[in-house]
Amino acid sequence: MKYMMMMNAPGGPYRIFDWSKKDVEAHMAFMHSFNKDLTEAGEFVLGEGLSGPDQAKRVRADEKGAPITDGVFPESKEFLAGFWIIDVESPERAYELAAKVSAAPGPGGKPLNMPIELRQVMSGPPPKE
Amino acid sequence: MTRSLDVRAEHLLRDLTPQVLGAVIRRFHDFAACEDAVQEALLVAADRWPREGLPDHPRAWLIRVASRRMVDHFRNEEARARREAVVAEQSPQHAAPADAAVDPEHDDSVVLLFMCCHRALTTASAIALTLRAVGGLTTAEIANAFMVPEATMAQRISRAKQTIKDSGVPFELPSDRERGERLSAVLHVLYLIFNEGYTSSFGPNLHREELSSEAIRLARIVHDQLAEEPEVAGLLALMLLTDARRAARTGSTGELIPLNEQDRTLWDRDQIAKGVALVSATLPKGAVGPYQLQAAIAAVHDEAERVEDTDWPQILALYGVLKRMNDNPMVVLNHAIATAMVHGPGAGLELLESLDRDKRLHGRHRLDAVRAHLLELAGDVEGALERYETAARLATNIPERDYLLKQAARVRQERGRRPV
Repeated sequence: MKYMMMMNAPGGPYRIFDWSKKDVEAHMAFMHSFNKDLTEAGEFVLGEGLSGPDQAKRVRADEKGAPITDGVFPESKEFLAGFWIIDVESPERAYELAAKVSAAPGPGGKPLNMPIELRQVMSGPPPKE
Repeated sequence: MTRSLDVRAEHLLRDLTPQVLGAVIRRFHDFAACEDAVQEALLVAADRWPREGLPDHPRAWLIRVASRRMVDHFRNEEARARREAVVAEQSPQHAAPADAAVDPEHDDSVVLLFMCCHRALTTASAIALTLRAVGGLTTAEIANAFMVPEATMAQRISRAKQTIKDSGVPFELPSDRERGERLSAVLHVLYLIFNEGYTSSFGPNLHREELSSEAIRLARIVHDQLAEEPEVAGLLALMLLTDARRAARTGSTGELIPLNEQDRTLWDRDQIAKGVALVSATLPKGAVGPYQLQAAIAAVHDEAERVEDTDWPQILALYGVLKRMNDNPMVVLNHAIATAMVHGPGAGLELLESLDRDKRLHGRHRLDAVRAHLLELAGDVEGALERYETAARLATNIPERDYLLKQAARVRQERGRRPV
């Protein structure tokens, strides 16, 4: 079963720009090795990091269908920092992986314990009746 | 790594894969390395055969090419061992015995299947390994069918091979003591592959429906060699009888068409006849098991030319036997539907109550979907609507979810039209 695993970084403490070089490196090394482990376990489908919320745009169509873009949201409390699609044997395995990412190291090497949102990916055409 | 080859040669290669792999394993033992060598030989064949024509003895040709790869493999291993200054004291047990060890008629396909479907593997790994080592599919094709990157699938397969190596499963048919359990693991994996096969071309993934055909092909191989096993015949019959409805099961945009609304003229009558013959020949032999019963139920459905001709009392009786044999909640659900068709929706709804506390159905849509249907039959429109909506929220399959949403919308609309 496939899940989308969304890493929601709090707007507060996850100010990676304020971290020491050592902490940033430890965080990146963690993510790198997490992705490598996922691939080696045969569970990795897709994983991407997203640019910061100060780059985000909200887009709506006007009456003619043309895009209207809306502001910058640097003050949001929580933002989507990255996501994965994983393919696992059970929901329990998905929880386990989410907990692992949640505990990614932050400042001073302390676990961030970020909220990770898990959503099951819907499957395609129907199983046989 | 996708092969391009005319269909005939492609089929021949796929059919020969397990036989060639079996022969190479008998000679060199190392399952993981042999499996890689055979895949390489298949690629060489796919490249050369279309240009140079089929060799006179394709099977012997493939065994020879794969064996050469194995010899290279051991040479490289030895060279590496020397470089790493690990004194190669091992006796040359890897060295290939004479060609005579390969019996050209011997077929190890079923032995291989027992190995690839071993209980030590997760189901996802067993499926992947079976499709590659026995089915002769490339890693890219398997990755494509399951919509994961090729590197991920390659890892899944290589871990599966490692697990087999670590578990020390011998390359031979299981002993009589283990046979029943091991066979049921094989049949379960084939059944899962069959169910993975989508029923229509949908989205970016046009190859997926082929998994059903592949499962049928593999089940045929097992049946050819273990014809005396009634559950093998039962599974093959079940696949044929279910797959026969393939063309009627989905509409033009991939939407789900339930059994009672299918255009039965689209059913494959020829395949139905084969499935019916198979299950009819098997049932009287005794040792009736769940696959034979499910095949018998599928046969009763398939033999009804119109939905109103369905012999529900017989289906109910068959589900009754299946229910005693198997405590799967899906069987209880289907038994409740059959009960409703014979004794009215109230009787069916009563049976569903026993499932309310079944944890295996918790958070899944099926119980609500069936209850919605039976409530509607019983005239409880409000109850049906509520259950259809719940079922739609819980469904994790898009066409099923869409079907349930449409049912809910239809009931809502019909309710609106009723005089208050």
